[in-house]
Amino acid sequence: MSELYLNVIAGGILNGIVYALIAIGLSIIFGVMRLVNFAHGEMVVIGMYAGYWGHELVGLSPLASMPIVAIVMFGVGYLLQKSVVNSFADRPQHVQFILFISFALVITGLHVMLFGPDPRGIFSLASFETYTVAGLRLDATRVQAAGGALALIVLLLVFLQLSTIGRQIRAAADNRIGAQVVGIPIAHVFAVTAGIGMACAGAAGSLVAPLFDTNPFLAAEFTLLAFIVVIVGGLGSLVGALVGGVLIGVVEGLAALMLSPSMKSMFSYALLVVVLLARPAGLFGASGATK
Amino acid sequence: MNRIPIALVVLFVVLGLAPLFLQGYWLSILTLIFFFGTVGQAWNLAMGYAGVLSLGHALFLGLGGYLTAVLSVNFGIIPWIGIPLGGVLAAVFGAAIAWLGFRFSVRGVYFALLTIAFAEFFRILFDNWDYVGGSGGFFFPALRAQESAVLELRGDNLVFFYGFLVLMAGTYLLCHLLVSSRLGYFWRAAREDEEAAAALGVNVKAAKISVVAVSAGITGVAGGLFGLLNGSLFPDSVMGMRLSIELIVAPIIGGIGTLVGPIVGAFIVIPVMEIANETGLKAGIFGFNTLVYGLLVFLIVTFLPGGVWPWLKGRWKTDDSRAAVRPPVPKKSA
Amino acid sequence: MTGKYRLSRRTFLALGTAALTAPMVMNRSAWAQGEAVKIGIILPTSGPLAVPGQASRRGIELGEKLLAEAAGRPLEFIYTDTESKAENGRLAAERLIQDGCSLLIGAWDSGTTISAAQVAEQQQVPLLVNIASAPQLTEQGYTQIFRNFTPATTLVYNAVARIKDLSELTGIQPKTAVLMHVNDTFGQGVAGGVNALWDRLGIDIDIVEEISYDLRARDLSVEVAKAKSANADLLMPVTRVNDAILIVREMVKQDFNPMGIIGPGSPGPYEKAFTDATGKFGDQYITCVPWYDPTNESTQSAISEFQGMFPGERFELNVGFSYEAIQIAADAISRAESGDPQAIRAALAGTNLTDHIMFGGPIEFDEKGQNPNIGGAMLQNQDSEPLVIGPKEIAVAEPIFPMTPFSDR
Repeated sequence: MSELYLNVIAGGILNGIVYALIAIGLSIIFGVMRLVNFAHGEMVVIGMYAGYWGHELVGLSPLASMPIVAIVMFGVGYLLQKSVVNSFADRPQHVQFILFISFALVITGLHVMLFGPDPRGIFSLASFETYTVAGLRLDATRVQAAGGALALIVLLLVFLQLSTIGRQIRAAADNRIGAQVVGIPIAHVFAVTAGIGMACAGAAGSLVAPLFDTNPFLAAEFTLLAFIVVIVGGLGSLVGALVGGVLIGVVEGLAALMLSPSMKSMFSYALLVVVLLARPAGLFGASGATK
Repeated sequence: MNRIPIALVVLFVVLGLAPLFLQGYWLSILTLIFFFGTVGQAWNLAMGYAGVLSLGHALFLGLGGYLTAVLSVNFGIIPWIGIPLGGVLAAVFGAAIAWLGFRFSVRGVYFALLTIAFAEFFRILFDNWDYVGGSGGFFFPALRAQESAVLELRGDNLVFFYGFLVLMAGTYLLCHLLVSSRLGYFWRAAREDEEAAAALGVNVKAAKISVVAVSAGITGVAGGLFGLLNGSLFPDSVMGMRLSIELIVAPIIGGIGTLVGPIVGAFIVIPVMEIANETGLKAGIFGFNTLVYGLLVFLIVTFLPGGVWPWLKGRWKTDDSRAAVRPPVPKKSA
Repeated sequence: MTGKYRLSRRTFLALGTAALTAPMVMNRSAWAQGEAVKIGIILPTSGPLAVPGQASRRGIELGEKLLAEAAGRPLEFIYTDTESKAENGRLAAERLIQDGCSLLIGAWDSGTTISAAQVAEQQQVPLLVNIASAPQLTEQGYTQIFRNFTPATTLVYNAVARIKDLSELTGIQPKTAVLMHVNDTFGQGVAGGVNALWDRLGIDIDIVEEISYDLRARDLSVEVAKAKSANADLLMPVTRVNDAILIVREMVKQDFNPMGIIGPGSPGPYEKAFTDATGKFGDQYITCVPWYDPTNESTQSAISEFQGMFPGERFELNVGFSYEAIQIAADAISRAESGDPQAIRAALAGTNLTDHIMFGGPIEFDEKGQNPNIGGAMLQNQDSEPLVIGPKEIAVAEPIFPMTPFSDR
């Protein structure tokens, strides 16, 4: 029985890292621009379709298609921010909501039109593999996705610390007006941030494509999931997203094991309520994407 | 200042006569418009007048809906009693959530997420609660010949047409009275600057709790009738995120922080959805409707960011003091 | 028709509240001889239910092509899309009736069906349910509903009978089972049915554990681990398609090899998305569902026509029942010899179709509007195709039971 618990906890941690992966893009965009991206899940689904088609048409493994998807999505995010979203930066939050809701509708509509509503699963033997480590059974695709997630987080942290544009992004996140005063090109910085956010969403999508069968309606679930993870961890914090994701993953796993699986998401929401009340900025909040 | 209320009374009367000229389908569309106009006004009261952002209003809708349904089907208590009780239940929940939010200083986007968390929590709870049918749903029986549609508020489309028209008009009246009352002044004061308001002697806590309670109460009442309109309730269809998001689109497009905006918004959003649906069917491409709807919403929000109603008023150049209905600027701190 | 409608509206108001309960009076003379009879189709062709909604639509279009002649007069089909929203059922029904439809077909999902049924009831236009499983639909006293689909209870009744057959057919008697079900309208209904009927029908299999999981589960590893630790002979999943895929993947990963996987009345495994995503690991998965009779000639010709019309799509249950709805409609209209909704309603009530594609007895409707004669087949995926393995009279393949362990495939 204890082996079962250990497996569930290990699975929960892996799942949690995957959840964190899905949430990173949302966290960055919020941390820097204070924009709540309601179309985040839809953007992840774009990445999933890319991962799926990369596999079906060219035989690329999702791990290999991830960088390509990330680069393309970076460009899309950059242009979208420059052309449209920047002009909404100073508008009230509810107007931004509706803007992103309209993005979500457009993306979902396009997905249904182009690919149909049918779930598309990547069938490869790899998606049925497991690694056994010290009696623990670890799901191969989840391990890969988790590895990708960790690599992505480290890469982002290094980028934000060391590159010039990374420092500018951090400055803008900490104090937008101050950053403008010292001559940081805020529109450019925001566009790069949006690009990074979308690249993360796309990368996450292609990594999870073997885990969840791609369909247009996964998006709403992903958006909600990303919100929970990011709020529990702290909006704008990468490490927070990781901790939040793992916490949610383990709590859901244990709740499913000990109580009824159909009520496991209830515990994520309960956790969300508790965190919001006890520590509204999240476990790692208020430090921004930068620290 | 008085021109708009008079124009609205005329509008409500004209709408009341619509069944003389219009067929069933158009009446059904109007019914949905009235529904979204009602809940949009309710949501706008909290968001537009007190700066309290809720993204979980479907919870209140569902609570009202389920209470009305259970009382009617399991206890034989007619909806005329059940619906107000549903409103009270929703108001109590709203007040409790607002109190929690205030007590623990959860504000802005964080409060919005708190409302989402509660709404989803209760949706899953209802999904697993056998007494209300769980995810299997709760059904109203068909209206029998010896029953009165008016008494049971079931079946007949005119019942729903007038039911929601009265709700929308009643909500307008209530909002009008509240907003111009002392309480409404407190709400707006709390919206603009909580600390300054408190310094001026406004009980910010009471203001915020009361506005959410009223907003939730109206939504609960609308939910009672909405369940009857659908003839069945599923946690997903009356409490889901889909509805929570859908019901904020109309007031934002119409212009929040204005009394008329949510109604105008509903008159735009529902027809736009129908046009998108129709276009999708004509084009014969599944999903085209969602795309068209998204694009139209995008265009409206890009070109009329303050909402359609303030823009319309600007064009008419009425002598209204614009300050009284100017859209709020919620604090961008999060 | 319009003029009359307006008039009756005016009377409505004049008579005040008392009149609200009076039924709508439609103009019966509008349907002259030879004029096209309009059939309104209500389906969720976009939104989260778009997969089955579009499959149903393919069935309707196939029926429109192959069966419309049987009506003896021209038929016109008007399609609507509910976008998977319950409240739109009402809107669609109003629109279709206003456009002159004499019969409505829909609406796949139980909530939308009830929403449309209220309008159908008020306007006295029959509503033929192609698919919707909530048992309550025909228990609410609606007089215009006709359902040619099994309510969850009947579905389970048939499934349980097939599970009994399986032991007789293979001579292997499983002793224990785990019931795993998705927590949505359908899953709850079927699980409830299993619990109610299991002992009553004298099944010697002990259900040792019941696991209910969220429709939107992103991961079922814990659920499957739980099922595995119960160490039962059979796994009985009640699923939709996405979760069925997740379950099989987890079973392979956790090396969970029960004697068999038998869905007691469940969509999912027979769908193309499932067989595409699981490949050889999805093979030997058994599911009990209402299904087409593959030995019937008219089924075979319908399927070959279908493959021409929709290459790459699978002819399955949603397609089959929607197709059959058109057969029922055409038959009723030809017997009604009129486009009048109530004449069609009367004809529907007298339906008795023996040659039809879905397995089961003749299509008839009882006084509640339910077809009680729908059969249940047992399917097993073999080489990524769902094949009928029972009952014997329509079987086209032999059951493979117990199933091959995943690691030996």
